[in-house]
Amino acid sequence: MSDVADRVRKIVVEHLNVDAEKVTEKASFIDDLGADSLDQVELVMAFEEEFSVEIPDDAAESIQTFGDAVAFLTKATS
Amino acid sequence: MFDLSGKRALVTGASGGIGREIAKALAAAGATVALSGTRVGALEDTAKEIGKDCPILPANLSKLDEVDKLVPAAEAAMGGVDILVNNAGMTRDNLFMRMKDEEWDDVIAVNLTAAFHLNRAVLRGMMKARWGRIIGISSVVGVMGNPGQGNYAASKAGLIGMNKALAYEVASRNITVNSIAPGFIASAMTDELNDKQRDAILSTVPAGRLGTAQEIAGCTVFLASDSAAYITGHTLNVNGGMAML
Repeated sequence: MSDVADRVRKIVVEHLNVDAEKVTEKASFIDDLGADSLDQVELVMAFEEEFSVEIPDDAAESIQTFGDAVAFLTKATS
Repeated sequence: MFDLSGKRALVTGASGGIGREIAKALAAAGATVALSGTRVGALEDTAKEIGKDCPILPANLSKLDEVDKLVPAAEAAMGGVDILVNNAGMTRDNLFMRMKDEEWDDVIAVNLTAAFHLNRAVLRGMMKARWGRIIGISSVVGVMGNPGQGNYAASKAGLIGMNKALAYEVASRNITVNSIAPGFIASAMTDELNDKQRDAILSTVPAGRLGTAQEIAGCTVFLASDSAAYITGHTLNVNGGMAML
């Protein structure tokens, strides 16, 4: 597991108060991890801070799963 | 009971009568208060009256670039904004049939659009802190309407509606968003009324007197306090009984 994935998982676990093993590649923040739309905005904010990147609104909307987030942030920080 | 120690507040329109009293009352309750307004001299006078270190952040809220610098400036000066009071407002009265586009636009820009921008800007910090208070100073005119004030009434009613929608969105984060709708409040403007005008106004107010800026300030402190944590999306009508809603 990459460093990016670990950092993203930590944020998701802390923010959504879920078990780390539930945060799988395909896990949807809203459908599987109990996030509401505001949680999703907050997660994006937290990712932005953790990785010092700006995530534009259209990109933010495409980040639906843990895997989406890892893929986006891996690309954004490489 | 209404202790605001450690809280950081940003008050717009703090050079005016009501804004100045709001800033003083928040500071008296223990908050650090950043003062924004257009008249630097008046803001400095307010800071002097408060007697504590108050960041002075002049801004013309009809200019969006100045609006958008305000919250970052307040956060830089105080380390964050826990309480936002959208108090700044202006009037450009005219009958509908005579109202110019600019009169409409100017009032909506300062009274409503600036408040939208400031609300949006403080949310990030408040969401992270899981605590926040947004208070909009509306008007009885926004609730009841008033001839010659179509633009002002729209802006003040808009503030109430906007705050209700936002209250919904962020209630789960311990952020409350409320409005205060003052009735006739004693001010430099009402001092200039003649006796006849004064009597005409007071005949509509069961309390038989004008309200004071301090009475609006007191309500602001209450809504900002932990005592009001379960009040959100509310409009507090402070009008001496003139409109019992």
